[in-house]
Amino acid sequence: MTKPPTNSGGVWWPALAASAVKLLLIPAYHSTDFEVHRHWLALTHSLPLSRWYSDTTSQWTLDYPPFFAYFEKFLSIFAARVDPTITDLHRGLDYASSSVILFQRFSVVLSDLVLVYSAYRLTRSKNFMALERFLISALVIWAPGLFIVDHMHFQYNGFLLGILLLSISYLEEGRDLIGGFIFAVLLCFKHLFAVAAPVYFVYLFRHYCKGGLLKGFGRLVLMGSAVVAVFAAAYGPFWYYGQIQEVLQRMFPFGRGLCHAYWAPNFWVFYIMLDKTLGFLFTRLGFSIKAPTASFTGGLVGDSSPFSVLPTITPLMTFITVLLAISPCLIKAWRNPQPRMISRWVSYAYTCGFLFGWHVHEKASLHFVIPLALTSLKSVEDARHYFFLSIVSCYSLFPLLFEAQEYPIKVVLLLLHVVVMLYGFSARFPGTSAMRDAAVKGGDNKSETHAFRIGWLGKSYLIGLVLVEVWGQFLHHIIFGDALPFLPLMIISIYCALGMLYSWIWQLTQIVLSN
Amino acid sequence: MAIGKKKSDNPPQTISEPEIWSFITTRSTNSCFLCITLFAVFIRLAVALHPYSGANTPPMFGDYEAQRHWMEITINLPPEDWYRNTTANDLKYWGLDYPPLTAYQSYFHGILLRFFDPASVALSDSRGYESYIGKLLMRWTVLMSDLMIFFPAVLYFVTVYYSWNPDGKKSSKAWHTLMILLNPCLILIDHGHFQYNCISLGLTTAAVAAILSNRDLVGSMLFCLALNHKQMSAYYAPAFFAYLLGKCLRRQRPVVEVLKLGLVVFGTFALVWCPYLNSVDAFLEVLSRLAPFERGIYEDYVANFWCTTSVAVKWKRLFTTQSLKLLSLVATVSTCLPSMIQLVWSPTKHGFLHGLLNCSFSFYLFSFQVHEKSILLPLLPASFLAVEEPFVFQWFIHSALLSMFPLLRRDNLVVPYAALYGLFVLLYYAPGVRKDAGVSSSIPFILKLFASACSLVIHIVYITVTPPEKYPFLFEAVIMSLCFSQFVLILIYINLKQWAPSKISSEADTKKKRL
Repeated sequence: MTKPPTNSGGVWWPALAASAVKLLLIPAYHSTDFEVHRHWLALTHSLPLSRWYSDTTSQWTLDYPPFFAYFEKFLSIFAARVDPTITDLHRGLDYASSSVILFQRFSVVLSDLVLVYSAYRLTRSKNFMALERFLISALVIWAPGLFIVDHMHFQYNGFLLGILLLSISYLEEGRDLIGGFIFAVLLCFKHLFAVAAPVYFVYLFRHYCKGGLLKGFGRLVLMGSAVVAVFAAAYGPFWYYGQIQEVLQRMFPFGRGLCHAYWAPNFWVFYIMLDKTLGFLFTRLGFSIKAPTASFTGGLVGDSSPFSVLPTITPLMTFITVLLAISPCLIKAWRNPQPRMISRWVSYAYTCGFLFGWHVHEKASLHFVIPLALTSLKSVEDARHYFFLSIVSCYSLFPLLFEAQEYPIKVVLLLLHVVVMLYGFSARFPGTSAMRDAAVKGGDNKSETHAFRIGWLGKSYLIGLVLVEVWGQFLHHIIFGDALPFLPLMIISIYCALGMLYSWIWQLTQIVLSN
Repeated sequence: MAIGKKKSDNPPQTISEPEIWSFITTRSTNSCFLCITLFAVFIRLAVALHPYSGANTPPMFGDYEAQRHWMEITINLPPEDWYRNTTANDLKYWGLDYPPLTAYQSYFHGILLRFFDPASVALSDSRGYESYIGKLLMRWTVLMSDLMIFFPAVLYFVTVYYSWNPDGKKSSKAWHTLMILLNPCLILIDHGHFQYNCISLGLTTAAVAAILSNRDLVGSMLFCLALNHKQMSAYYAPAFFAYLLGKCLRRQRPVVEVLKLGLVVFGTFALVWCPYLNSVDAFLEVLSRLAPFERGIYEDYVANFWCTTSVAVKWKRLFTTQSLKLLSLVATVSTCLPSMIQLVWSPTKHGFLHGLLNCSFSFYLFSFQVHEKSILLPLLPASFLAVEEPFVFQWFIHSALLSMFPLLRRDNLVVPYAALYGLFVLLYYAPGVRKDAGVSSSIPFILKLFASACSLVIHIVYITVTPPEKYPFLFEAVIMSLCFSQFVLILIYINLKQWAPSKISSEADTKKKRL
């Protein structure tokens, strides 16, 4: 009567249900990123490849690597059939008819299939219980952050993260060559993912290129040629047309500031705050402090520094900080490259990039939240960490949707996520009964014996989060009126940065202590 | 039945699908309900992003404008003038034609609207008022009504149903709640098309729950409130009347019991109608607004008896409105009669739920002036029976959705229609919850398969093909006859089921004895 349980049972269902919900979200608010991607459709459709990276018809110039441009070119074939205005370079500017909205939203929903497939691959192993498989795929596919960023704000992160997870899934299976190949492909889709490249390099070098000098070297050549082939496929045509300079200029625009318009909740928030506080104190104490002329979000113009007291931060310094932060993980990967750790290491690298990187976008927190979902059910500590991290990450994305219409949607989405995690994690780590089971088995796994609990510190942090939101939404307007309009956003940044810092330290200790 | 059997002899043997949902279903009713509520609210919010009926279509707009207009009338005029044609209240422009409780509800919602957006309810000036914030506020009033009336009523119903029903398994409780709360038709009409059915249906649900838990007086009061919110709730009246009468007749002092009920009914009515009871004229004035006989026996293409047979028999030409009134009354009463007799004869809870479905269905199919949206009324008791009759319930939802498709297409709600349709099928077949076991080869199954195939074809044809000029409403007529034939089948089946309850109860008895 009942169908035999299939491995995919836990994945197709949440995926299809999520797609239905994504369709419902089609009329939701979309940011300028929508027009950015629409313009890229028109750009790649109506111009020859040689002009893709030099065209300036719109301010939204193409600044993703070539594979993404090819992807847009592929989509534009269909877009032109749906409605030719979409792909018209001039008439299509700021085009927002229902046809283009439907088309672009559908393209995101369909490209999410990559994410679904990777979630399926990652959870199909026999080691997972049905509940775990279901929960992990739900955490990945139903991640509220992805709904907010991809299906309302508008981007293709689900697709890109799907490629990343696919690469991780191959590495976990021990198929290093194809895993490395897919990561190279990902880099040619979006170069921001390069933060994890050192981890990949060290891991693949130590795990794949082993087994004696000759074999190791052979494998190194093999892997190297795979990566070179990918990059050649991506950049070759542009090199052929002599466009490489333009491509690189677009991909790495100088003149962007340390922070994005809305400060991503990372380490630099504290640095800026310290600078502000010191500046304020010194002025009070009678020192004459020159008020900074540049802003944190603007680029480096001349010698002016956005900081009043503390030394200015340059891109190179952030680069070195990120590398330093990643280094413990690199050492671990060098010493003992094991497939089961790879998703943690990659996530950790992205966490470092997020915390210490230059001009970090708040959306970048998805790069480590989504991969960390894979290990969230390994132990009760993992579950607790993931519980907080995903809440903080999702909450830090709230300012992306600032209109009234989407307000209840994002709140309910986060609440639903919290409830599902709470129930799911407590069901997975019920505590006492598991302790009995463990005792029967011999109690080899210590972490199994604890129940999933939030703890007083966690509870107070979450209550604080609610207070921050209440402050920003209601109290601020009542108390300050229209004055200090940046304060609510700043508080969100600082408060979420605390959570992110916790996550970084937790991940770091986990990696250092792991064996 | 088949389901019941399957459930009883299917203990969870392997680590397979059935335990996927355990993390939600094994929790307490309230936590389980919280999770489902969040999901249901999320879906409603997402549907609410889509356009409402009559958006941007002057001069008459649609149901959205009607509801907004009622708010405008009720907060600006004294209650005596609400139903009266005056200079300020032109009854030809969406005059109030629902009972006083709707007027009071409009009044309270109007106050809310006036607080946040006074322009949206300014007397006369606000006709056809449409704005971003206005739409949001109106949408939120529906959601609020839903959350405050329908959701608690469903919680009440489910709690009562599972404390009484011996077959009710805890695991199917969550599924059952989901089926009632995520009825796609109700969500599409209330949160897409724009109406407040959730209030009258919620009150009815609460009334049913109260009567199932033997609080007959409370139940009848709640049902009177439902009647006073939408006169269409009278579709259920025969079932309530017959069941309560049957129950009273079995008590020690039947006359006193009937009198008590009568007193409650009159009391509730008097309370609601208070402002219109000072003179007979005022009372009749309101009453005449509630029965719009001048609109003819049917409108548009509703899948009921009169409209469907009008293809062959021109009712409107053959008979006067007066005789048609009589004819439809006779037809409705005679089709309700078997169900009512059964309820008076042996008033069981099981029979009551079936009776509710039968009577409301008879009204939908045979009464005067039925609207497509009235299919929501029989759908509610059908969803109460979702666990007992999953096959019929699912079939009914499919055909009901199809019957509303032309209406929803006019409202530009095709995307949410498709999404909710898909979501319903997914939720119905949620992995590890339930399957239509046992009917996979029988005649009803083949019949349903055939109907589904027809439905799929007509959906596609309706969207893509323009009808021939000679018959502009050809496809509507086809949809109508397809739905009508399925509705009749369901009505006959449920009537038979109601008359054969002894089999199930005796089976349950023997089961108990065996245990």
